[in-house]
Amino acid sequence: MSAVVTEHDDHHEHDHDHGPSKGLLRWLITTNHKDIGTLYLLFALAMFFVGGAMALVIRAELFEPGLQFVQPQFFNSMTTMHALVMVFGAVMPAFVGLANWMIPMMIGAPDMALPRMNNMSFWLLVAGVLMLASTLFMEGGAPASGWTLYPPLVLQTGAALPFAIFSVHLLGISSIMGAINIIATIFNMRAPAMTLMKMPLFVWTWLITAFLLIAIMPVFAGAVTMLLTDRFFGTSFFDAAGGGDPVLYQHIFWFFGHPEVYVMILPTFGVASTIIPVFARKPLFGYSSMVYATAAIAFLSFIVWAHHMFTVGMPIAGELYFMYATMLIAIPTGVKVFNWTATMWKGSMTFETPMLFSIAFVVLFTMGGFTGLMMSVAPSDFQYHDTYFIVAHFHYTLVPASIFILMAAGYFWLPKWTGHMYDEKIGKLHFWLSAISVNILFFPQHFLGLAGMPRRIPDYAVQFADWNMVSSIGAFIFGFSQLLFLWIVVKTIKGGTGEVVTDEVWEDASKHGLEWTLPSPPPYHTFTTPPEIVPTEHF
Amino acid sequence: MSDGVDSKNRKLVTKLVLIAIAMFGFGYALVPIYDVFCDITGLNGKTNTDAVLETQYQVDKTREIKVEFVTSVNKSAPMTFRAENNKIVVHPGQFYTVNFYAENLTDKKMVAQAIPSVSPGLASEYFKKTECFCFTEQVFEPGESKTMPVRFVVEPNLPEQYKTITLSYTFFDNTDKSVKN
Repeated sequence: MSAVVTEHDDHHEHDHDHGPSKGLLRWLITTNHKDIGTLYLLFALAMFFVGGAMALVIRAELFEPGLQFVQPQFFNSMTTMHALVMVFGAVMPAFVGLANWMIPMMIGAPDMALPRMNNMSFWLLVAGVLMLASTLFMEGGAPASGWTLYPPLVLQTGAALPFAIFSVHLLGISSIMGAINIIATIFNMRAPAMTLMKMPLFVWTWLITAFLLIAIMPVFAGAVTMLLTDRFFGTSFFDAAGGGDPVLYQHIFWFFGHPEVYVMILPTFGVASTIIPVFARKPLFGYSSMVYATAAIAFLSFIVWAHHMFTVGMPIAGELYFMYATMLIAIPTGVKVFNWTATMWKGSMTFETPMLFSIAFVVLFTMGGFTGLMMSVAPSDFQYHDTYFIVAHFHYTLVPASIFILMAAGYFWLPKWTGHMYDEKIGKLHFWLSAISVNILFFPQHFLGLAGMPRRIPDYAVQFADWNMVSSIGAFIFGFSQLLFLWIVVKTIKGGTGEVVTDEVWEDASKHGLEWTLPSPPPYHTFTTPPEIVPTEHF
Repeated sequence: MSDGVDSKNRKLVTKLVLIAIAMFGFGYALVPIYDVFCDITGLNGKTNTDAVLETQYQVDKTREIKVEFVTSVNKSAPMTFRAENNKIVVHPGQFYTVNFYAENLTDKKMVAQAIPSVSPGLASEYFKKTECFCFTEQVFEPGESKTMPVRFVVEPNLPEQYKTITLSYTFFDNTDKSVKN
């Protein structure tokens, strides 16, 4: 194995044609999967801070009852834009960035299958997010109807509506192109020895996620196009006066929306399944059951959508079906949590920063899963619906899950990407501050929701004041702790601690994945000839 | 990259793009699917918006069903709209006529469409209207007020568990959209 790697290394040193272009133009025209991965990751990090700043506007306003800083209309724009920016600008692009960097290196491919389309999908993403951000400065303000864009409320948006819709189109096209590229890479570019059931779990979860994206993004594009024609071309898809039905939008939206939330969590599962075995120094427990569980979750995601709308007035048969179908999801998800725990069981564990974030993910994601199970019970959901309980639920499944795992991935692969070691002390400080403050931030929201505080309101009754204050304090600690991560990333790129980074970075990591057999940092082009042996420690 | 991989990529990408286009179409196909599904099952409380012929039923004098009437005006359009009675008690199988009252509060001509809805949704298929102002758009001359009858029947085969049926109407101001104007 190492012989193969050395050969690539030498090849790189003498090959001037294949290096990156010079200057800024390199980033505009690059078709290299590592460059594009870096672009995606940096863009996602920037958007994470933009979306985070919006969240802090929300929490500042909610620090105490009454209107302090912003007007209700702008507040509602903030909740809407925070969600859209975090979903489409931060979490999804971050995972696409990881896919770009890691999938070719994990399956022994020289690059993505369609490098030029890869470049285009990144720049379409930037255009889409910029267009979305521009709505903040338009007459009538940015969309303020929540990220679900429900009519008839969303049709009251001012000049921003068509821009928001076209930005959704651009983001959708970008995601679909990214997904097509990932599928083509995984199907056609694997090293001959890399059979499907030897692929690292991260590759598997992304393969399934990519199929989800191709199936759902066009449906969402269709739904917002119907909004567009309802508003400007006199159609009545969702307009009751013309024979339409606003509830139809909710069905179409959640047919997209439920798989969409799994688009954000399945790659999270993949990264967790990659990191935990390395620091437990054991192969992943139950590799094939992980693959099947991922596929099962993806399938179930298409047949449970109406659990987001138990309160629209569904008949009892519908409520029962969607309730039981939703509960089924707990089974494959439980298999996953069991497998991660079993992987750590009697392992020689060490607790470097990526592992800390991963363990916190397993614990806190499980809590988010449990509140999800609570809400799957249709009669109870009537109490939780549209309260802070649901806000607490999905933030537990996104922040200490997807975001924590993205942080873990950053710490895990930064030494590989840059060839420098990050500062473990600051990393651990970042972890503990984040892990504690994220609970101060979101745990009290369960209490607020159960007590009946509605979501998406800028002002609230005084009995909610105490826990809102606690939550806001947590929010500010959490938000500012993330600057530590920014500092670590910048410092690591610039040289890190100066510690020598080996090829496998983490002890015995090369048993777990092909990427650890490459030099740190990897040369601009890797695996121009496919590796002959692949590691088997992950199954 | 070898030609083999290139042509494999091309075939795969073509298929995937076709799937994406098909799913865009599927999003639109959900619109009629939803209507047909709701029509068959009556899930969303949509009631008939075209007149049904008056047929004779066996009147069930032993059963009493409370029928409630709810009226509202969308986006506070400038009109008043109310039912003569908030509720009546009916026997299944017997036809009843109730009056609704609406007035155009502006000095302009107004075209409005009333949209009916029946709750509970599953009872809607047993609630039949033979005459209703909701079957067509209503034209109001400036300041005009109208008394509008609705003739309906609750079918005798209404399942036992339904004791109360609510018929709700919302008037939408369609003056801008209407072609008749």
